[in-house]
Amino acid sequence: MNQIIQIAKRELAGFFDSLMGYVLIIMFLGFSGFFTWIYGDDIFFIGEANLNIFFKVAYWSLFFFIPSLTMRSLTGELRGGTLELLLTKPISYWQLILGKFASTVILISMALAPSIIYYISLWSIGSVDHPAIILGYIGLLLMSMSYIALGIFCSSISDSPIIALLSTLFIGIFFHQIFETIASSSLGIPGSIFSALSMFTHFGSISRGIFDLQDFIFFFSMIIFGLYASKEILVSRNLKA
Amino acid sequence: MDIVVEHLTKRYGPQKAVDNISFRVKAGEVLGFLGPNGAGKTTTMKVLSCFVLPEEGDVKIGGYSIREHPEIIKKHIGYLPENNPLYQDMNIIDFLEFIAKVHEIPKHLIQERLLDMVMVCGLEGEKHKLIRELSKGYQQRVGLAQALIHDPDILILDEPTTGLDPNQIVEIRELIKRIGKEKTVILSSHILAEVEATCDRILIINNGRVVVDGTAEELRKQAQGNEILKLGVAGGDINDIFEKIMEIDTVETVDFLDFECQLLEVQSYPNTSSVKDIFDTCVANNYYITEMTPIETKLEDIFRELTTH
Repeated sequence: MNQIIQIAKRELAGFFDSLMGYVLIIMFLGFSGFFTWIYGDDIFFIGEANLNIFFKVAYWSLFFFIPSLTMRSLTGELRGGTLELLLTKPISYWQLILGKFASTVILISMALAPSIIYYISLWSIGSVDHPAIILGYIGLLLMSMSYIALGIFCSSISDSPIIALLSTLFIGIFFHQIFETIASSSLGIPGSIFSALSMFTHFGSISRGIFDLQDFIFFFSMIIFGLYASKEILVSRNLKA
Repeated sequence: MDIVVEHLTKRYGPQKAVDNISFRVKAGEVLGFLGPNGAGKTTTMKVLSCFVLPEEGDVKIGGYSIREHPEIIKKHIGYLPENNPLYQDMNIIDFLEFIAKVHEIPKHLIQERLLDMVMVCGLEGEKHKLIRELSKGYQQRVGLAQALIHDPDILILDEPTTGLDPNQIVEIRELIKRIGKEKTVILSSHILAEVEATCDRILIINNGRVVVDGTAEELRKQAQGNEILKLGVAGGDINDIFEKIMEIDTVETVDFLDFECQLLEVQSYPNTSSVKDIFDTCVANNYYITEMTPIETKLEDIFRELTTH
């Protein structure tokens, strides 16, 4: 556990040293605040006391922000040779990957946390569907964790951050939108398979305040699969290198 | 802690980087690992430090196998990898503190260890600089500091002096010698003088196999064989001198080294010395000796002889 904490702390300090952390938090709050309160179908326009607009904006902005955070997570270690430094210390593959994972999850949580002001402001204007909003936040966090796991996996396959970024976006867009589009235009079993694979379906249901075990199973299997695959790739790299 | 390497084999594709290597290093010994580039030195060190798993064979360190208990072994090893990877965007103190915490050094001891390392490795003036701002020599010291910070029993250094200037090389060698008094050190290099200066024992590998295992002295003896002298004689015609020297019983061959300066190379028969007879011959013929130097087989020659076929 100590090793995971140390790695996560170092990573997190790295995010802020490189300004990436600040840029992400400011951009995220700026975007989501603008669309939630000021522009287009904003909260006042709809006239309902919910944060659906915010969740929609966050759903897309996080999808683009996360790969830019994870693209260096293992590629940096592979490129700089520091993987050798870490793995010859008393650190296991799992501790390394979980440390990387935890640091990015914490950063995303830090970006999401200030948006609770939106929730509190809304609460002061009208009666709010509390479970829906709380589940919505949980949904955002779980979705972020799934993409972080995917991002770490993509950063283990090559030592180029650009390849990691593009492959995360490429694989991610299938879950994020394409499976949903296919599902909505097909019927029967294929339709339900694609629907079950779509992030859109699961996030949609959770952010509407519906607690369904299926959604949680989807998120957790994506997280576990992503992290496990990254670990296996690192191990096999080392058998070769 | 003893290191026992048993029948280690590691392949990269069809090529064997390390081919059935076995050796032992006793606690407190400084072992020099020599070999031409690509001989398998780095691979062996990566295996010893639990970074790479071998296909065959095993390494036992202090009785623990790298296959079964890498997590225990890693705690007792300080490893400086070949190209000294460091986090370039951290400053020295933060970096060393990170390594100390990863090693689970108790909190109240960390500060003390950090200052110790800064002093031992001569980083005093630079300690708040970012690693990327340091010169190569100082980066190498940081690499050594991170390998030493948890006071390991075994130190594995892969080419610790590459890229350093001569002064730094001397400093690092002194440091290694000092450390070597208390710890087991394995050091790789392709510079023979370095290994000779710092190590108790030399292991030469070539094409993934051990070709020599012994001290520098033993190595010399093994390769020396016949006495060879560089001889300068004046006071007579060089051809006459040549013939007189040839007449000595113990002399096997005589070659001209330099006709003008009257320099000869005299090789004696095995286990004999011609020094006295040469002297007597010269006295008897009224020649005088301008130079007489034994030609010592250099480690370089032994190295070349052993690794070029």
